[in-house]
Amino acid sequence: MAIPGGSNVMTATDAPLQQPSIAWQTGRVQAIVAETSRVKSIILQPANWSGHWPGQHVDIRLTADDGYQAERSYSIASPPEEKLLALTVERVEDGEVSSYLLDELRVGDTLEFRGPIGWHFIWSQTRGGPICLVAGGTGITPLMAMLRHRTRSLAPIPASLIYSARSLAEIVYRDELDTMARDDRDLRLVYALTREHPGDWNGHRGRVNAALLAENSFTREQNPTFFICGPTGFVEGISSMLVKLGFDPLAIRTERFGPTGA
Amino acid sequence: MDRPPVSRGFKSKRQTPEGARLPPGQYLTTDFPVLSAGPTPEIRVVDWKIALQLGGSLLGKWTWDEFEALPQTTITVDIHCVTKWTKLGTVWQGVSFDDLLKVVGVSEPPDAYVMAHCDGGYTTNLPVSDLVAGKAMIATRYEGLPLAPAHGGPARLLVPHLYFWKSAKWLRRLRFMPKDEPGFWESRGYHNYGDPWREQRYDGD
Repeated sequence: MAIPGGSNVMTATDAPLQQPSIAWQTGRVQAIVAETSRVKSIILQPANWSGHWPGQHVDIRLTADDGYQAERSYSIASPPEEKLLALTVERVEDGEVSSYLLDELRVGDTLEFRGPIGWHFIWSQTRGGPICLVAGGTGITPLMAMLRHRTRSLAPIPASLIYSARSLAEIVYRDELDTMARDDRDLRLVYALTREHPGDWNGHRGRVNAALLAENSFTREQNPTFFICGPTGFVEGISSMLVKLGFDPLAIRTERFGPTGA
Repeated sequence: MDRPPVSRGFKSKRQTPEGARLPPGQYLTTDFPVLSAGPTPEIRVVDWKIALQLGGSLLGKWTWDEFEALPQTTITVDIHCVTKWTKLGTVWQGVSFDDLLKVVGVSEPPDAYVMAHCDGGYTTNLPVSDLVAGKAMIATRYEGLPLAPAHGGPARLLVPHLYFWKSAKWLRRLRFMPKDEPGFWESRGYHNYGDPWREQRYDGD
């Protein structure tokens, strides 16, 4: 398959892409990293991996000894340049797969999975910029793969990340993001804290609103591509604000997850 | 891989009585998740039209009021999303594909395949045989209420026996095709047909 940064030149269109094999395979758990109190990253060594695009996901399949199975999708957080695959998992209330992955899985276990999956919510440096990423909670995961990939590219691609979290403690990858933004003048990083903020918090308080988006999402003339990932209500709200701000709906890509309202 | 490896420490979840209605790999939700590739279009019914197309010609075209005046069907069905949730006993109202063909005076479908075209450029392909004989409708109401924009309102295709990405939201046009062509997700690695009971999620399943 075409790997970003490889010899295949991709254009910034949605032309059909070469399909990867998505057979089930196993990977060895190399490490488990606690990101926040509710989130861990699982670092997998795949038996064979033909590469992925930032923004893609994998399906995980668990099998009990009586043959019972459960499958769920998890976004890939690692960039295609890395050999190990990082999946970031958030605890879901009553989630049988997330509780297994967070509470039971250990380093050295094998995990069955397949991928990469998802050929729409993807970005690589060959597609250029600017890009505006908007994350709600663990919706940061596929966007982190894009940012990690972007950091490794030589071209200074303008990017902004607007990241909404309940509190500072719930920001996943916070140290890495802060370092990235400090070292990179072409990256703008904005946190919006919705529930708790330190007394001296200079960042945005409350939900992401149209003014914050307008200020940090480039201009219409710059034709940014948007990648929005988070809970359904969050993604619905942000994408409709962007359409109202006059951005092209076809330049707005969304990925929704988690519990929703009806 | 012949036999999936057992996941150490993973316990079988007791099957619920509804378990028999769950296709393999699915879990039950009482919620109604939303999945789409871009923003939800805000479509006013006064601006809305829907068309049935054969080759370059129109078989039929309806405004909202005209479409509302067509024979209405109500069905109660289970729906299955490729992202693995299943929702039981959902109630939909709309115009069945059979009635739509009757209204335009087509006794037998002219081609073997249909492409559904939607606002925002989304498409999905289906065999005509999966739309006729009470298998599909264009739905305008969910649980008795107008279909919400996030769920495809004002009108979506409803083909409940296939994974739900085939039930295209914000439907604008159904086009008969002599030969099958992949739609949006079908050209991005998803299965061309999408039978939940055979777990046809991705190309090659």
